[in-house]
Amino acid sequence: MKLQQLSLFLENRPGQLGAPLEAIAAEGINILTLSLADTAQFGILRLIVREWEQAKQIFEQGGWVVKQTEVVAVDVLDRPGGLASALAVLEAAELNIEYMYAFSLRRDDKAILIFRFEDPDRAIEVLLENGLHVVETEELMRHVG
Amino acid sequence: MSNQDPDWPSENRIWNHSAETLPREEIEALQLERLRAMVERVAKVPFYRDQFEHAEIGPQSIRSLADLRRLPFTTKDDLRRHQPLGFLAVPRKELARIHGSSGTTGIPTFVAYTAQDLRTWSELCARFLVAGGLRPAHTAQVAFGYGLFTGGFGLHYGIERVGAAVIPTAAGNTRRQIDIMRELTPEVLICTPSYALTIADAARELGIDPATLPMRYGHFGGEPWTEDMRREIEDQLGLQAFNNYGLSEVFGPGVAGECPLHEGMHIQEDHFIVECLDPETLEPVAEGEPGELVITNLTREATPLIRYRTRDIARLYREPCACGRTTMRMSRVTGRTDDMLIIRGVNVFPSQIEEALLRVEGTTPHYLIEVDRPGTLDEVRVKVEMRPEIFSDRMDRMQALCEHISREIQTVAGIRAHVDLVEPRSIERFVGKARRVLDKRRLSD
Repeated sequence: MKLQQLSLFLENRPGQLGAPLEAIAAEGINILTLSLADTAQFGILRLIVREWEQAKQIFEQGGWVVKQTEVVAVDVLDRPGGLASALAVLEAAELNIEYMYAFSLRRDDKAILIFRFEDPDRAIEVLLENGLHVVETEELMRHVG
Repeated sequence: MSNQDPDWPSENRIWNHSAETLPREEIEALQLERLRAMVERVAKVPFYRDQFEHAEIGPQSIRSLADLRRLPFTTKDDLRRHQPLGFLAVPRKELARIHGSSGTTGIPTFVAYTAQDLRTWSELCARFLVAGGLRPAHTAQVAFGYGLFTGGFGLHYGIERVGAAVIPTAAGNTRRQIDIMRELTPEVLICTPSYALTIADAARELGIDPATLPMRYGHFGGEPWTEDMRREIEDQLGLQAFNNYGLSEVFGPGVAGECPLHEGMHIQEDHFIVECLDPETLEPVAEGEPGELVITNLTREATPLIRYRTRDIARLYREPCACGRTTMRMSRVTGRTDDMLIIRGVNVFPSQIEEALLRVEGTTPHYLIEVDRPGTLDEVRVKVEMRPEIFSDRMDRMQALCEHISREIQTVAGIRAHVDLVEPRSIERFVGKARRVLDKRRLSD
């Protein structure tokens, strides 16, 4: 039920973001979603791709520092309060979110929330118990594709 | 004897006329006599005793000043190996003061003073202070660090020796320094050259023209600086800037200082023998050529050193100065023979930064220390290449890593450094010895 996310270390200067994205694009790898956390000096690019093992290898060969982590995707209705309802569940269970990002799927009128938890298995349990829908990789591919 | 005349009319006043204007042959005769006595004194120090015994050297071996070259060198490493106070030449109970200089391990190298040493040191500082305008009626603001660092106390006692008043503000709290200057109108300012420029900047920020501050003379030392900086300080603060030289290992400030002609710093040759050697061959360089200063104490009691290799590069000039002093002069320090950096007056060795990085797992193999002076103060950036072992997808972890490295550097080297995480292989690779330091400050004239 967990998704594999790849994180890359990038220096925060012009052109640094393009190179790794081009490297996987050249191999026909499509990005499902990404987020970028940055300081004035460096950034962490996080992305989700279907062929994450291949992408990881491409990044490593290209000399990037890359880390694979498990994240959890939840879909909610793309309307006001959609995110808040999911967060309320997590808060009630005292689950700490390390970080999150979101994107919307206009076609399905849904929003996908990507969560990084310290303990993803426990988080999934809580989400399911509370009737939330945890999205798996293949399902996410269908949503996006 | 010292000039105690309360009314000193001359611009070029000499504090200790008999010592500072001795004819050349008398200076050398005095040096020879004192060197012999010193060889006898340091024979009590195990480090020297062993070497003297091995080379069969005693006071009788010193027949002329040229015999100085038969004596062994003393290095910073020797001092470090014999810490604490392994170089003591008097019983511990005779000590009156202990100072220290920063070392590569974060533990200071201690140097000690007897009561007589403190009197000698005050005399040395009085000489260059008076050469640089200080008069008994003056007030001097000492914005140097007070503490283990020798700058603050050395100058403080020198000023008192002259009979002038001291305002011991110590370094820092620049706004308060400026308030005090305006309230108490000191004629003389004492600090590092970069701090003088910081004071000027801070004054402007307060809407005060720094040239209207009351100081007429400034004595600056403790870090390398340039003629350009001198002009800037003089223009901005409206004072005459004097350079002085010293290092705690051989006393502290007071080894040499400028007269109003600003043509080199007069070496206090009745207290020190200064050689200028090629750091590779250890042979003397031709007069006026750059070389490493090697200093022998002639009068220090507590921790006297023989042929101390300062690692400072400068030039020596024997030609007498038009000011009337007969002492040999030295140029400003133009470089170092080792990789020591002076950051805001603090001595820092790249090996200290490496030691700090070693304490943070996974950060060591590739790093670069960048030193710059964007405004008036030195800034250090330590670039550390990212590696999978230390990378996290969490920003808080990454920031904690930077802070952790920065804290270790502060602990080991005593300086604040910005830590920049950089991409792998972005730091240039070298075959053999890696270049770890990029000093972007323009300090050579």
